[in-house]
Amino acid sequence: MTRLPQIALLSDGRRLHLQDGPIDLIVEARGHADEVRAAYEAAAGRFTGLLDELCSELPELRRAALPAACSLEGIVARRMYAAVTPYAWDRFITPMAAVAGSVAEEILGAMIHVATLDQAYVNNGGDIALHLDEGEHFSVGLMDRPDRDGVMRTMRVYSTDPVRGIATSGRHGRSFSFGIADAVTVLAATASRADAAATIIANAVDLRGHPAIIREPANALQPDSDLGPRLVTREVGELSQTEIAAALESGAECARQLFDRGLIEGAVLQLCGDMLVIGPKDIERQKSRPLGLENAVHA
Amino acid sequence: MRFYAAVASFAPHGRLTAFRSARTIVRIRMITAVCAGFDMVMETTSAVADKIRCDACPVMCYIKPGAAGACDRYANHDGKLVRVDPHVILERTVSHGGKLVPFSRTEDWDGKIVHEPSTFVTAIGAGTTYPDYKPAPFIVSAEVDGVDMVTVVTEGIFSYCGIKVKIDTDRYLGPETATVRAQGEAVGHVTTSEYGSQMLSLGGVHHLTGGSKKEGRVTCDTLMDLANCKAVELTIDGGASVVVQAGQPPIVNGMKEERMRVGCGSATIGMFAKQWHGKVDEVVVVDDHITGVLSEHQAGKLLDIADTGIKMKGRRSTPGRYFQVADPGTGWGGTNISDPLSILGPFDVKEAKPGLSILMVSTTGEHSSYYVLDEALKPVETEMPADLKFSVERIQENCEPALCTVLFMAGAGGSLRAGVTDNPVRLTRSVKDALTRVTSGGAPVYVWPGGGITYMVDVTQMPSGAFGYVPTPALVAPIEFTMKLSDYAALGGHMDYVKPLSEVKNGDDVRQLPWQNPIPGPRA
Repeated sequence: MTRLPQIALLSDGRRLHLQDGPIDLIVEARGHADEVRAAYEAAAGRFTGLLDELCSELPELRRAALPAACSLEGIVARRMYAAVTPYAWDRFITPMAAVAGSVAEEILGAMIHVATLDQAYVNNGGDIALHLDEGEHFSVGLMDRPDRDGVMRTMRVYSTDPVRGIATSGRHGRSFSFGIADAVTVLAATASRADAAATIIANAVDLRGHPAIIREPANALQPDSDLGPRLVTREVGELSQTEIAAALESGAECARQLFDRGLIEGAVLQLCGDMLVIGPKDIERQKSRPLGLENAVHA
Repeated sequence: MRFYAAVASFAPHGRLTAFRSARTIVRIRMITAVCAGFDMVMETTSAVADKIRCDACPVMCYIKPGAAGACDRYANHDGKLVRVDPHVILERTVSHGGKLVPFSRTEDWDGKIVHEPSTFVTAIGAGTTYPDYKPAPFIVSAEVDGVDMVTVVTEGIFSYCGIKVKIDTDRYLGPETATVRAQGEAVGHVTTSEYGSQMLSLGGVHHLTGGSKKEGRVTCDTLMDLANCKAVELTIDGGASVVVQAGQPPIVNGMKEERMRVGCGSATIGMFAKQWHGKVDEVVVVDDHITGVLSEHQAGKLLDIADTGIKMKGRRSTPGRYFQVADPGTGWGGTNISDPLSILGPFDVKEAKPGLSILMVSTTGEHSSYYVLDEALKPVETEMPADLKFSVERIQENCEPALCTVLFMAGAGGSLRAGVTDNPVRLTRSVKDALTRVTSGGAPVYVWPGGGITYMVDVTQMPSGAFGYVPTPALVAPIEFTMKLSDYAALGGHMDYVKPLSEVKNGDDVRQLPWQNPIPGPRA
């Protein structure tokens, strides 16, 4: 039985939905209609078989990335590897930490390779690859609570900025975290780098040995987790304001180091309602927004 | 468990569009299903099933029992690979007590029910995104009674939603508008009582999103548990603690309520006066609302029952009917008394005679005592004659079993409706015009007149585990719109997404459940 990915336009007729196994992408391109069509065809074409390609090297991708030797062959696999190696020399990390961003980047790459687009993005479950033509920009909103007029902060990504990737990591996502961050959103030059960095920073938002934090071996939860028997966060109980601040500061310290090393362009760390922003980008605070925002939805 | 919600939203050309990651939603579906899975594992078997290997995609995850694979779509339930966001199909069957047929994703699906028109697709597990940026995930067409019908199934995320609880008890639960708490958090309030029942109004947008984070989370948990027919303990400020579970008797201050009162004290007098006539001189039916006194009551007068010189405390409403004989409570007839004589004053020496017999009984027959006046006209408790015992039992018999009923109430907003049609208001109109029928998990709903699609549904009519939540916090509930295909096209439906039912049922994501109700009618 052949397994084909799900490829469909969303109801607005503008966005493309691609899904295969655990990969779920929302894609949008803007530009001339012909170019957009060509871009979507390229996205669908590249997407077909991509999961099989990754899976053929899955055992290797699940092993710790050793900075010295990369035996991976697939282009996405190698991108994953490249994204995590800056961290691999002093800690455990596998290329899987960058899988979502790397896939997003690959699909976006296939699109802009064949088409001239004003703007495009590939959103892989929150890990997003961006394309901006000269003079274009995206406004990126960080949402606190989607039920409120809730864009907490917005930032603009201009074509002159180095940012082309945004990723979010935290303990609530589909993958496990060593840390307790609710969400760490990272802006970086590419989606794969943003993905890896978000993982690293989210891991660093932590309070070691805190009794309210319940951890379990990753492989007790998912037998084939790339994290093996390492403890991952399952539950976070009540934390005091001081503890929240301390955990955030520990993540912020990590983020500042990555920023100084040029690995990220900015980060927003969130824990128990508190937030910390790292980076020169003016991530402006939104006061109260007028009603009628598209995202202020009460279904 | 608590889950973080949205991540980032884009505004190309200044237009804000929330891009809530699909995976968050999928994750939440998984949790709901897997938690249910855990429950079942614990209840039914102690044998630990083995991990299994999923072959749904080349990732080939090993999945532990009770856990899901990397995609969060497939899970290991008791050693079997199941899809965790299945579409639930209710099959109307004559035989009840059918069991949940495990989802089958094998190729040898016999296809038998495909042609049965009595199959109804529910929204449970249809999945959705928030906001609803894509068409309702599942739009199904089927031939029903020769009409090409369309069921649009989606799972609504309702931040405007709540639960109305009807608790069949006369016991005093708390003053009107008193705060109702779960785990110490305010989750609702006591509302107006109804005949023989106390009503609570729980949830709503104010508690879900207007208070502290914890309040929102606890409210969401409480609503979801009640909606999924689980027991929840609630405490009422200045009142009682009550364990509420849909379809089960309430437990008030640790006491299980057995029966709902047959009527108020006055009504009880009216109903049973003839049966008491000649067997006892006086009857007092103790009730927090209206306490009835046989000899003074119209029913007693009609039977020429003589005055007894009884003196009631409280405020006389009309002859034989007394308000406020005591304070509300959990004692006799919803009052706070445990000794019924405490609501009587001294007997009138001019009218009362030694040897006068008095039956005191509560409106449910749960409490009863029999007295005879002594020489000093003091009531002395005495063994109740058999025929009076019989009348007390008759009162009990006429009291229906006390239950908690839980109605889920929610409004389908513009965005949910947009998942169904390009022109949301037309869906509303179509519902109002009874062209479209609304169901929730296949259960009939009551759609409120007026604006929007605000509906109520009895949660016991819905398949188990029908409700989920998102960390907004808000509840995820199934909602289906069924209409003629032609009507669907006319209201701007997503015709490109309509699938024939056979296609859905031959797919690999179908779970069969025994049909619980008749197919709900229009505006049922």
